[in-house]
Amino acid sequence: MSTFRNPFDPNVKLNGCSCGRHHSQAEHDQAEALSEEAMLDRVVEGAVMRALFPHDETRRNFIRAVGASTAMAAISTFLPLGTVKDAFASPGPLEKTKLKVGFIPITCATPIIMAHPLGYYSKQGLDVEVVKTAGWAVIRDKSLAKEYDAAHMLSPMPLAISIGAGSNPIPWTMPAVENINGQAITLSVKHKDKRDPKGWKGFKFAVPFDYSMHNYLLRYYLAEHGLDPDTDVQIRSVPPPEMVANLRAGNIDGFLAPDPVNQRAVYDGVGFIHTLTKDIWEGHPCCAFAASKEFVTTMPNTYKALLRAIITATATASNPANRKQIAEAIAPANYLNQPVTVVEQVLTGTYADGLGGVQKVPGRIGFEPFPWESFAVWILTQMKRWGQIKGDVDYQKVAKEVFLATDAAALMKEVGLPVPSTTTKKFSVMKKEFDPAKPEEYLNSFKIRKAAA
Amino acid sequence: MTRKPWLAPLLSALFFALFVGAWYLATTASAGGGGAAPAMDPEYAALMGAQAQAGGQSAMPGPGEVAAKIWEHVSDPFYDRGTNDKGLGIQIAYSIARVLAGYLLAALVAIPLGFVIGMSPLIYKALDPFIQILKPISPLAWMPLALYTIKDSGISAIFVIFICSLWPMLVNTAFGVASVRREWLNVARTLEVSPLRKAFQVILPAAAPTILTGMRISIGIAWLVIVAAEMLVGGTGIGYFVWNEWNNLSITNIITAILLIGLVGMLLDHLLAWVARAISWRE
Repeated sequence: MSTFRNPFDPNVKLNGCSCGRHHSQAEHDQAEALSEEAMLDRVVEGAVMRALFPHDETRRNFIRAVGASTAMAAISTFLPLGTVKDAFASPGPLEKTKLKVGFIPITCATPIIMAHPLGYYSKQGLDVEVVKTAGWAVIRDKSLAKEYDAAHMLSPMPLAISIGAGSNPIPWTMPAVENINGQAITLSVKHKDKRDPKGWKGFKFAVPFDYSMHNYLLRYYLAEHGLDPDTDVQIRSVPPPEMVANLRAGNIDGFLAPDPVNQRAVYDGVGFIHTLTKDIWEGHPCCAFAASKEFVTTMPNTYKALLRAIITATATASNPANRKQIAEAIAPANYLNQPVTVVEQVLTGTYADGLGGVQKVPGRIGFEPFPWESFAVWILTQMKRWGQIKGDVDYQKVAKEVFLATDAAALMKEVGLPVPSTTTKKFSVMKKEFDPAKPEEYLNSFKIRKAAA
Repeated sequence: MTRKPWLAPLLSALFFALFVGAWYLATTASAGGGGAAPAMDPEYAALMGAQAQAGGQSAMPGPGEVAAKIWEHVSDPFYDRGTNDKGLGIQIAYSIARVLAGYLLAALVAIPLGFVIGMSPLIYKALDPFIQILKPISPLAWMPLALYTIKDSGISAIFVIFICSLWPMLVNTAFGVASVRREWLNVARTLEVSPLRKAFQVILPAAAPTILTGMRISIGIAWLVIVAAEMLVGGTGIGYFVWNEWNNLSITNIITAILLIGLVGMLLDHLLAWVARAISWRE
């Protein structure tokens, strides 16, 4: 996982996937397995390097030209990396040690959940209670009411809360992405022979929340296949547990849901996995670790300690070798309340597809904390595309304020250093390239969108 | 009737046996009706649940499974395996505590207020439109508003119980007080009884049965609402338990919880019925 990889290695792609020196990602990650301290250092180093060299090519050429150690020394002369790392590593006295963190029982919450049974919170001196919550609206309300100090949210939610879509505008932040990929489109077993989306006119779909990657990805997928998600099909907001029951009852034809709901539908014999969202947008963010701006600014040390716990948990989760143990730790009633085999199939990527085959997709779900600002920009374009936000949006400004990709930059500021340019990357969704610098052009390139009011 | 006291319990037992028998037959019939499932790849089969092998049929557990589950819960009702996994005994205790808190608060407000309303025809008429409008609002409709304004989910749940217990008690108290016999009030007036003494020694005993009826209706509604309220806010309580098991699609656990909810509701009702009998009088 690129976040935890050495950014001073010229062969490493900062924004890409594998380094190419190993036979598989699993092998690569095992070879690169780092201690907790080293991993945190990597996160900081990586963020700094991304900020200094927004273009991978420039950084590579620079490092190739002068060599990694010289590069490191050169950077250290004007940017004391050690100080930046220390600022992040030793947070100082904690303002508050008893914290409540809310979560929704889905595998996207894995780092937040597993940090509890595996002791990552207590290692930071925090007494964190992870509280299972009934739905996204409730998690939003309990977070706004300060009942939760931080919470598991869908990555569009901090954006929506900050700009006041669907609630009062309150500055919210997203310091870390919880997971990438990890969703799927599941259809009822009765549609086994209708694999072409063009034939889905009149289908009823469910997504977990209006402000969710699930909603945007499903709409995107349908629109790319020529269906208008607002008129040709019905998309309802349905809580994940009710999705499987509704699929069984025939009330819906399918859903784009977080796991383990997809695997549960297969396990119960009512649905099959049509496509993983990984195949729609490889590496898309889904859920997030979010906290109010107030929490971040009034309790900086607690916030840093909490973030450290989450990032180390994310790093552990990103290593495929740990996935079985994690599945066992988070499956009990206290956390996900699902059969272990269901959770394990999701996390390991070796799963029954509901059509009689066993698929092996190790990247079915990934864990990478880096909150790319360009993700936020993409989400905002889709919010605008489907009429959730109207009028002009200052994409870059909102992205910067909410997605704390610039956390390292903030730490640099703390030690009195000039803050370099932002951290964005280009990526493709269904083979269509997205340039975060030109959101409006991207938005206008879609034929199917809600007519601008 | 009185000559054969064993007849009614016997009939009850018979009905119960018939019900369980029908349940047993219904669940076994549909489970067996799946026919020969197509031969599955063993690796694939290992990843699938038992229901998938039955062709996605029969999520309904039989009476045996439910009985075993109930026994499991009854034999260990107070375990605590973390914030989100507590025994049924603890969950029920949370729910009852919430219901009682909201209910007692409502009684504290509704009974004195009902007294005032009942004693003054003018206030009765003036407040009547408000009561009529507020009374039919579903308690759960208050939930988002409560969460938003109170900013605490535990207190919001108690508030919802409070608001739904309030109206039956208020209306019944007012009605009971207003319909105290005129002769008794006149007697009190001729004897020049002080207003406070009149309220406590004449009106209260006369209106008590009606007030108790209101309280009995209220506790029933409160218990109905707590399950839904806890499903919404989560955290603890029997409603949360149902939601958590719904999340797990465990019908057996849900049936267990439903039986228990019924049982506790009955006990609460009996408790108030007993109080009502204790204070009622015959002319």
